[in-house]
Amino acid sequence: MKTLPKEKRYETLSYLPPLSDQQIARQVQFMIEQGFIPGVEFEKDPTPELHHWTLWKLPLFSATNAQDVLNEVRECRSEYSDCYIRVVGFDNIKQCQTVSFIVYKPNQTRY
Amino acid sequence: MVQTKSAGFKAGVQDYRLTYYTPDYTPKDTDLLACFRMTPQPGVPPEECAAAVAAESSTGTWTTVWTDGLTDLDRYKGRCYDVEPVPGEDNQYFCFVAYPLDLFEEGSITNVLTSLVGNVFGFKALRALRLEDIRFPVAFIKTCPGNPHGITVERDLLNKYGRPLLGCTIKPKLGLSAKNYGRAVYECLRGGLDFTKDDENINSQPFMRWRDRFLFVQEAIEKAQAETNEVKGHYLNVTAATCEEMLERAEFAKEIGTPIVMHDFITGGFTANTTLSKWCRKNGLLLHIHRAMHAVIDRQKNHGIHFRVLAKCLRLSGGDHLHSGTVVGKLEGDRAGTLGFVDLMREDYVEEDRSRGVFFTQDYASLPGTMPVASGGIHVWHMPALVEIFGDDSCLQFGGGTLGHPWGNAPGATANRVALEACVQARNEGRSLAREGNDVLREACKWSPELAAACDLWKEIKFEFDTVDTL
Repeated sequence: MKTLPKEKRYETLSYLPPLSDQQIARQVQFMIEQGFIPGVEFEKDPTPELHHWTLWKLPLFSATNAQDVLNEVRECRSEYSDCYIRVVGFDNIKQCQTVSFIVYKPNQTRY
Repeated sequence: MVQTKSAGFKAGVQDYRLTYYTPDYTPKDTDLLACFRMTPQPGVPPEECAAAVAAESSTGTWTTVWTDGLTDLDRYKGRCYDVEPVPGEDNQYFCFVAYPLDLFEEGSITNVLTSLVGNVFGFKALRALRLEDIRFPVAFIKTCPGNPHGITVERDLLNKYGRPLLGCTIKPKLGLSAKNYGRAVYECLRGGLDFTKDDENINSQPFMRWRDRFLFVQEAIEKAQAETNEVKGHYLNVTAATCEEMLERAEFAKEIGTPIVMHDFITGGFTANTTLSKWCRKNGLLLHIHRAMHAVIDRQKNHGIHFRVLAKCLRLSGGDHLHSGTVVGKLEGDRAGTLGFVDLMREDYVEEDRSRGVFFTQDYASLPGTMPVASGGIHVWHMPALVEIFGDDSCLQFGGGTLGHPWGNAPGATANRVALEACVQARNEGRSLAREGNDVLREACKWSPELAAACDLWKEIKFEFDTVDTL
């Protein structure tokens, strides 16, 4: 029997081991296949009810493959290495956000 | 036919079909359409019986009355426009009725149901009657409040995207003190669940008065939220004996800053539900809906109301979440039929599809969608099937499957959250959860001791896709 340690989380996919770039690329590929518009967001000290993280550039309207998005994630990561980074996705038909998952945490997690 | 002579008025009893059976009628876009499964008494011709259903659920009564002469029946009467035998059944018929829009008060689901499933269900010429489906015209829908927020707004409020939500009903359902109850909530939420839930019969009993429960639960939510850095909620049940009391509890829930309240829409009634739903939209609280008593109404195949009708009515009356069955858990539900009404809860436009029990094409005209809640006898091994069946816009509730974890609520919650995210990740990577779901869980067990303990306790299940269609 074990007591669950206290640990901060960052919503979707934050209960998995940190994603490798290849794993991030597969998630992004799925998103693009669904017709969603990818984007990258970052924030230094996000609180649970903070809805708007800072947008990295603009949504990547012309991204056609996962690599385009991954390049932006890497660029964001090197410029804001002390920030949390998540990939988001927008559905312009349903007019809403549909995707958000954590891709970079500056501190290590248990897994 | 019995008739008495008088100047200008012929009293007596007339066959219903002369007035109410109109097979040549083409329903209008503004008509409210209903499909009944009808079992006539022996010797009653189906057309006469169907016309009686149309009559008794609209303008008709058993005899001619002189005041009929003061109105225009052609404008107000319900019409049976089609009768067809139910395939594979003896003496059962689908009877289709069109009701003019003017028969119903704007925005009143209560009024629609009082007409459609009122006296007619006790009608002597019928052995049994079941309301299978309703097509609400857009003109009526636009007068209904609909869900307080709907799926997309709920996601925005909660900051949760691209995965089903996770919940758990706190057990034992009756008898915990408010403080002990709050602890159970905290442990679940800190482990990774998004929501916990009051069971339906938790209202305000002597062992736990509502105000005490609300306060201890809210403290649990805030603590879990601060520790996990994720938005948390608990469906605080505000179902009460009177609407005034219900609203008083809802007001208090708002005052303490809780994000979601809960109502039992059938035992509470549609009028109370619509009142609460409007209040929730006005005050920014989400509304979770329980469905106690539904099986009394929807379980018999030949009599009552199908759940898809209750679900559509709820979407018009208002509720952001509604229980829908699990297909795979302890409460077995037929897969195609369940997916049919899940579409009717979530989508904006649903095409007629008899193979899924959808009798009418339904256009909701942008009415917000209801999130289906799958709950009852499910555990981690069901996760791949649930993700595959319900997709992201659903709330999966593991009661025993969280609280029954050998290490307690928080590890139980983590086990479910890890299983969920592993399934979502695998699905997005193009893996088939139906075929590889168990492998996905076993791989995650290698790095999540909480999941490994859960997978060890509960039995691996083989997920069979081809459940028998009982539509």
